[in-house]
Amino acid sequence: MLALFIRDMRLGIRAGGGALVGVLFFLAVVAVVPFGVGPDLNLLARIGPAILWIGALLASLLGLDRLFQADREDGSLDLMVLADSRHMLALTVATKCLAHWTASVLPLVIASPLLGLFMNMEPVGIAATTLTLLVGTPAIAFVGAVGAAVAVSLPRGGLLVSVLILPLAIPVLIFGVSAAYGAVADPNPFLPPFMILCALTLGFAVVGPLAAALALKFGLD
Amino acid sequence: MSETAAARPARWSDLANPTRFIALADRLVPWLAALSALVLALGLWLAFSAPEDYQQGITVRIMYIHVPFAWLAMICYSIMAVSSLGTLVWRHPLADVSVKAAAPIGAVFTLLSLITGSIWGKPMWGTWWVWDARLTSVFVLFLMYLGLIALTRALDDPGKAAKAAAVVTLVGFVNIPIIKFSVDWWNTLHQPASVIRLDGPTIHPTMLWPLLTCAIGFTLMFVTLHLMAMRTEIWRRRVAAMRRMAARAADAKETGGREAGR
Amino acid sequence: MRLIAENLGAERGGEPVFSGVSFELSEGDGLVVTGPNGSGKSTLLRVVAGLLPLAGGAIRLDGGGEDWPDLQAACHYLGHQNAMKTALTVEENLRFWQEFCGAPHMEIAEALEMVGLPQVASLPFGYLSTGQKRRVSIARLLVSWRPVWLLDEPTAGLDAASEKQFAALMAAHLQDDGIIVAATHIPLGLEGVKALRLEGATRC
Repeated sequence: MLALFIRDMRLGIRAGGGALVGVLFFLAVVAVVPFGVGPDLNLLARIGPAILWIGALLASLLGLDRLFQADREDGSLDLMVLADSRHMLALTVATKCLAHWTASVLPLVIASPLLGLFMNMEPVGIAATTLTLLVGTPAIAFVGAVGAAVAVSLPRGGLLVSVLILPLAIPVLIFGVSAAYGAVADPNPFLPPFMILCALTLGFAVVGPLAAALALKFGLD
Repeated sequence: MSETAAARPARWSDLANPTRFIALADRLVPWLAALSALVLALGLWLAFSAPEDYQQGITVRIMYIHVPFAWLAMICYSIMAVSSLGTLVWRHPLADVSVKAAAPIGAVFTLLSLITGSIWGKPMWGTWWVWDARLTSVFVLFLMYLGLIALTRALDDPGKAAKAAAVVTLVGFVNIPIIKFSVDWWNTLHQPASVIRLDGPTIHPTMLWPLLTCAIGFTLMFVTLHLMAMRTEIWRRRVAAMRRMAARAADAKETGGREAGR
Repeated sequence: MRLIAENLGAERGGEPVFSGVSFELSEGDGLVVTGPNGSGKSTLLRVVAGLLPLAGGAIRLDGGGEDWPDLQAACHYLGHQNAMKTALTVEENLRFWQEFCGAPHMEIAEALEMVGLPQVASLPFGYLSTGQKRRVSIARLLVSWRPVWLLDEPTAGLDAASEKQFAALMAAHLQDDGIIVAATHIPLGLEGVKALRLEGATRC
């Protein structure tokens, strides 16, 4: 499993992997928002966590459709399914998700404090948003694996994956943003939505890979 | 499909055979169509003869179609989830037909419930749309229907499309309560519940009866439509299979000719 | 150890591809599957590997013991694609499959020597020619031990010398009490193996 993780990391980071493009996309999305809503710093500070979360959500959907497609095209996926009795396929899927997350979403989480400064957010808000992104974005990768597995044999499945996954990712977004706001705005609590966010990530970490493994097995041809 | 199966448990195994299913559907559809038209007519007549609400006036009549639409939107997804289990676990050959046929019907009912809801909402709340918890959940449900339709149409092989759709349907089914819960949370966080109350006054029997009749009528209509859509889908698959056989036969003739010429 | 297939049937997209295929292979046996295009050679191999569902019949591995509880665990599958990443070097690719598949058999340098490519270990896989890629892919069979080899057109893209080399590798595997099922339309140069011919689609 570690070997798989390292391989996918290498592929993500080396040229052609496109992991850094995700970070650039994130930067671009967040940078465009002030042009849309105007340079009012108070307003930006208020909607900052939401912008960061939406940007992260879109950016982490970006490379998801290639999660299994590349392996299917060169035949690696067959061998991974074949090794089911040695490495359970769901675990293989989970490892691939984690590698995808580490290579293409984690840099984006690391970049988010900087963008928080651009958005004129308070230090506490920035810390909270970064923390919620760190905890919440793996859930998107795990649930995204289902979409990626289902659309694995489609040549242009990228859009379809996003359409299928976005509704499922709504709870993650809601609790991520709620927790981030909870840290700043006084009457709103921080801990309960944050705990629910953790629970969502853990839950999706189980459901997502299992369902994706099922879909992959059925999707072979 | 579940309704017909529940009505005649003995036919469950018979239904696995597409030919028998088509025969059964052929016999049932006219009766069901007539029955649903009858019940719907009765329900609508009752709805229009029911007293108007003292607060909401004539607009309350929208409720008689809005509520059944919303109800069917959920029923349809449940049926799809059960059918998905049928595809994945019991490998019932008609289950995937059922999923594929139900998705567009469910989407239409969901859309209708959204439209009637906003027509009702305009005079009541003064706006076509509010990001109320319930509306938002239904909207997300609508998005999921559309995603599923796109998925079932995107894959060529019906078997593969069915299994992919079944996995997504089930994941969605697990997710719907979570989405509902999270949207409730989100809503109470952002706006107090006092602004909108969909519940209205507790329902009076004079309104309950027309509502129930309409609900039954629309459910019958849904069953009819679903049966018809399934029948169409089976026929479509047969046509596809025949075309493939024709292509195969042409190929065989060609190679046969070549070998004879050699 | 015995690989037993009884009355196998398979379908693709609801159309039967073949049916009633039976064979029995014990240690040291090879089976060469031939037949015209579309007769289901690749499908047969994928069915044996468990990558496609069976439409009929049964397939099992007897006497695999603790190490090889089922057929999937006991086989190497060499498909049309090479299952290698072009962005990684040959060594990285092979090392990954060795660690992922477990049961290490040969060193990577040794395996590359066996396929006649000792110098390429540090080159990116994408830089190799088609035949070289295929040979690296064959080296994958050597770095981890699996008793059963399922080979789908293994010699596609190989030149005559490499074909001979590969025939020797297969013979060595059979000598080591391995089992080989190979689908091909080119003679593989294997002595004393069973043959199975699929007629497939041309019958009316």
